Amino acid sequence: MNYLFALLFYIATLILVGGVAYRVYDYARTPAPLKIPTTPAPTTTSGVAFRMFREVVFFESLFKSNLWIWALGWLFHVGLALVLLRHLRYFTEPVNFIIAFIQPFGMYAGFAMAAGLAGLWARRFLVERIRYISTPSDHLMLALLLGLAVTGLLMKFVMHTDIVAVKTFFLGLMVFEINPLPSHPGLYLHLGMVVLLMMIFPISKLLHAPGLFFSPTRNQVDNPRETRHLAPWAAQLERKA
Amino acid sequence: MADTSTAVSPAPTSAAKPAAKAKVVAPAFREYPTIPALQIDSMVESTPYIATAAHNEPLGFPGELAEGWEQKAVAKMGELLGKYRSLKVYMDSCVHCGACTDKCHYFIGTGDPKNMPVARQDLMRSVYRRYYTLPGKIFPKLVGARDMSKDVLDDWFRYYNQCSECRRCSVFCPYGIDTAEVTMAAKEIMDSVGVGHKYVNEIMGKVHKIGNNLGLPGPALENTLEGLEEDVLEETGAAVKYPLDVKGAEVLLVTPSADFFAEPHVDSLIGYGKVFHAAGISWTLSSKASEAGNFGMFIGNYDQMQKIAMRVREAALELGVKRIVVGECGHAWRVAYSFWNTLTGIGAGANDPFAIQLQKQLDPNYRQPSHICEVTWDLIQAGRLKFNKDANDHRIVTFHDSCNVARGSRMGDYAGGQFDIPRHIIRAVANHYVDMSPDTTHERTFCCGGGGGLLSDELMDIRVKGALPRMEALKRIADKDGVNFMATICAICKAQFTKVLPYYGFKMSMVGGVHQLVSTAIVLDNEQ
Ligand code: HEM
Ligand code: SF4
Ligand code: SF4
Repeated sequence: MNYLFALLFYIATLILVGGVAYRVYDYARTPAPLKIPTTPAPTTTSGVAFRMFREVVFFESLFKSNLWIWALGWLFHVGLALVLLRHLRYFTEPVNFIIAFIQPFGMYAGFAMAAGLAGLWARRFLVERIRYISTPSDHLMLALLLGLAVTGLLMKFVMHTDIVAVKTFFLGLMVFEINPLPSHPGLYLHLGMVVLLMMIFPISKLLHAPGLFFSPTRNQVDNPRETRHLAPWAAQLERKA
Repeated sequence: MADTSTAVSPAPTSAAKPAAKAKVVAPAFREYPTIPALQIDSMVESTPYIATAAHNEPLGFPGELAEGWEQKAVAKMGELLGKYRSLKVYMDSCVHCGACTDKCHYFIGTGDPKNMPVARQDLMRSVYRRYYTLPGKIFPKLVGARDMSKDVLDDWFRYYNQCSECRRCSVFCPYGIDTAEVTMAAKEIMDSVGVGHKYVNEIMGKVHKIGNNLGLPGPALENTLEGLEEDVLEETGAAVKYPLDVKGAEVLLVTPSADFFAEPHVDSLIGYGKVFHAAGISWTLSSKASEAGNFGMFIGNYDQMQKIAMRVREAALELGVKRIVVGECGHAWRVAYSFWNTLTGIGAGANDPFAIQLQKQLDPNYRQPSHICEVTWDLIQAGRLKFNKDANDHRIVTFHDSCNVARGSRMGDYAGGQFDIPRHIIRAVANHYVDMSPDTTHERTFCCGGGGGLLSDELMDIRVKGALPRMEALKRIADKDGVNFMATICAICKAQFTKVLPYYGFKMSMVGGVHQLVSTAIVLDNEQ
């Protein structure tokens, strides 16, 4: 099991990092030939950075459109962010004081995340319009994340595992050293799901996270009269013309 | 009607029956605008007439659907994915959160789930996943992936022609996913395999051949303009000129060709002329660029869009004008404001020889291009125009923000100027002004229901239904404040509303242009 999980984590990390890096590269190299910010849009680069900040941190557009989805989605994502930060303690020694500071919040964040996910999932059954657009993969994604949250919370509050050993295992992985992993079904399940999540990240809708930063309607500056915006393939047409 | 019998595989089946015969039904006003329950396939009958070889071939599109079109369509999708970051990112990023589902006027008016923006995107996303993503190749069912098939194409032709590319959905999507970008790509793909909307492709043919969407040749244009001069002289005693092809004029005005003869459009054209006359600015129209509209945008075709835009550049160079001003037309202003600099170098800040040539001629003290509303508002602020506001006292006015102006462009020097400037002008020329509900104006404005090239007669049913949210907002202030005039700055909005208003119990004369109001109130110096 130690070796299996070690191997899986190495593969998953490669897929996650390589896959997302490739996607980001692919988005970055694909030109946006026309100015299409959804207006009113900021007229300066710093304005765009601020718009993007509001989208990433507060989900501003979602807030405008649907308070239920916003509340549940935000709860889930903030919970997820805190939980992820909290998990950094498994990878660092000594633990950064900020990470140490958020430990107690991270615990509640697990519940927030689970509650948000449960609410989002309920919408997929209860709201006719969202039921219509949901595919099996939408359900599975929520099931996976909820499964992660629930197994994590179970280990925290019900069937504890030896987290010192877990930490030793991960610290070891980082220096290519394989240490024993506690044999604990909950832990196996949890880590298995983490591996799965990492592997599907670059080929699923989870690409929304990098995607947002590349969305031309959100990341373009509204200044077409002041600067000429020309994609390489469009410039080539001009030379022919 | 297209004769599709010679095509290898029959053209979209539903396109074969004339949709114009379908009943046009206006939905009832809702007491409280609630989200409609789904009515599966309620708009499956709505499909445009298909373009024939005679419309397609001059534009470089195949005449009709031919053997092997599936591979061609999928390959075209691949090409577009490599050329447009928007398409690529939007295909990947949607999380099916559902926030956009109730934001489209066509969904609100029809309840057809395929008119929910995300479902409209999914018509293409399902094919994208099948051919361009790993999970879609291995587990198509899991991620809702589908092969490119005749059924899929038929659905595309129906439902991508029930999207006016208004971008309302993109305002509300957490990633700004713009269904209009997807619709444009879909139309580009369909055109590349010979399946186009007849009305749109026919119009582009006319622009290239004759110079404008309506196919008005130069002499007819000259006659019309002379007629206008006589009318205005008779009515006001002022010798206002409507010049055509005058070399050395300061301003080239490019306006939608509907302004030349359609009602109420022409009243705004009269207004532009009066503004230039009163301010003493020399101006001209061009017979070569006698059309501001650019249907190339509606079909997402960069080449067409550039070719159509290039007429304006050429006319500007030939006439030697210093400024280029665009009349009241929503999508034309989006193309002019957002795309002209890219397409033709009308704008500033270029360092390529192509654009610099034009920059030398245009006056850098003015925004290039300018919207006619920017021109008028600047003149009002400078105190160069005089108005008798009481002349508009028979009107209680509201303003309909046109989608392409509101969400695809700007006016003035700050974000949101496109909302304020037209309203400032209206308040400067009329005493009674009331805004519609804020959920239906500014960036949240609802499309008139006829944008995106959907202005053809056979699509009347979807046009009428799509107007529902706007009509409801108008109804509320008509009942409460007695509003009897809805001003707008878009030729398509004007044409659409004159047709659609009667279905909702309004008079068609209720819609008009902002410069129609200007025209009513402006005080001309009659001695000239
Ligand atoms: C830049 C970082 C991110 C931003 C701005 C972001 C934003 C959003 C937004 C606005 C939504 C739609 C609302 C909702 O359904 O919750 C969403 C959905 C979702 N996000 Fe994220 N997200 C980010 C990162 C992540 C990450 C790292 C994951 C998981 C590993 C994730 C998983 C999900 C899932 C599964 C959904 C769909 C929820 C559903 O099915 O309703 N997100 N995200
Ligand atoms: S662009 Fe407008 S018409 Fe098209 S799906 Fe979005 S809201 Fe509907
Ligand atoms: S709002 Fe955006 S992410 Fe959500 S379903 Fe609609 S298109 Fe997809």
